[in-house]
Amino acid sequence: MKLRTFAAASLAALMSVSAWADKYTIDTEGAHASVEFKIKHLGYSWLVGRFNDFKGEFTYDENNLAASQVNVVIETKSIDSNHAERDKHLRGNDFLEVDEFPKAVFQSTKVIPGTDGKFQIVGDLTLHGVKKEITIDAHHIGGGNDPWGGFRNGFEGTAKITLSDFNMNFNLGPASKDVELYLQAEGIRQ
Amino acid sequence: MKIKNTENQFGLVAISVHWIAALAVIGLFASGLYMRSLTYYDSLYQVLPYYHKSIGVILMLLILFRIVWRFINPQPKSLDTHSSLEKKGAKLAHIGLYLLMLAVMVAGYLISTAKGHGVNVFDLFEVPATLHGIAGQGDLAGMLHEYLAYGLLGLAGLHALGALKHHFIDKDRTLFRMIKGK
Repeated sequence: MKLRTFAAASLAALMSVSAWADKYTIDTEGAHASVEFKIKHLGYSWLVGRFNDFKGEFTYDENNLAASQVNVVIETKSIDSNHAERDKHLRGNDFLEVDEFPKAVFQSTKVIPGTDGKFQIVGDLTLHGVKKEITIDAHHIGGGNDPWGGFRNGFEGTAKITLSDFNMNFNLGPASKDVELYLQAEGIRQ
Repeated sequence: MKIKNTENQFGLVAISVHWIAALAVIGLFASGLYMRSLTYYDSLYQVLPYYHKSIGVILMLLILFRIVWRFINPQPKSLDTHSSLEKKGAKLAHIGLYLLMLAVMVAGYLISTAKGHGVNVFDLFEVPATLHGIAGQGDLAGMLHEYLAYGLLGLAGLHALGALKHHFIDKDRTLFRMIKGK
């Protein structure tokens, strides 16, 4: 009896571990995810823009957060700051050079759990041909069944990058050297 | 000088439009090249594109008017001393200049309106966007705008060389007809 209980408990534990190490696809199709950025304009206001086209997936295990991974690929030409001429400039040689560097990639290398659902995602961002480690301050917003038979978990995160680190040296002024990223990712469990 | 053309003379309107367009094309080409080299903190960074676009739209309207004017006016005949090759070449060049001017300006308009925003003309009126949101529109239109502008300037240069050849080598009245009418 005791042995049977132990066996059953072990089995249940094993199953739940495998059930929790789930793969999620970021719901870009339903646009429940976004890659937004903001940069100071002259130091007087924030200019907000976004990348409209990207894809990504992550693994998430709420009991073993450190084992989680996330990969995102962004189409650089989809940059959108709601201004045709500025976007053309951003796609061009002064900034993203989207013809030469059509994709920006983020690949996590480790996840550092924090408190209150907060955690840090450390990973490599490859942007404009430069690969550099960045840290995303992230937290879990919520998760559970959706009304259409699926299961979702959603997160948001922020990170700060310096344009010159990624070999973008067009002078936008002393207040505009860094770009803050604001990331939303709702994943659908596969 | 008469307002309208005759069989042998250019009228005031045709001559005025010719020289205004010539100045505008040269000014637009130079400003277009120059404004792309400006740094963000240059005082002309905002001003020059504003004038470039506003003058471009005005020139577009002027050229459309000129085409209408061409059809409701007699077209002065080429001088008898011109060879038939010169006549044909000149005619082709004139058609090419019209087409290139229109194409450059349409391409420029498609850059600025690629995201559905109109073009502000001297704060007087706005040209609304029509075609927009096409994949890669801004970059494609930008490339066309640039290459067609080089083509236009090249053809305009040829056109000017032709006029100078008539003036200094043939010593005929071709150039004077575009200044004094006859």
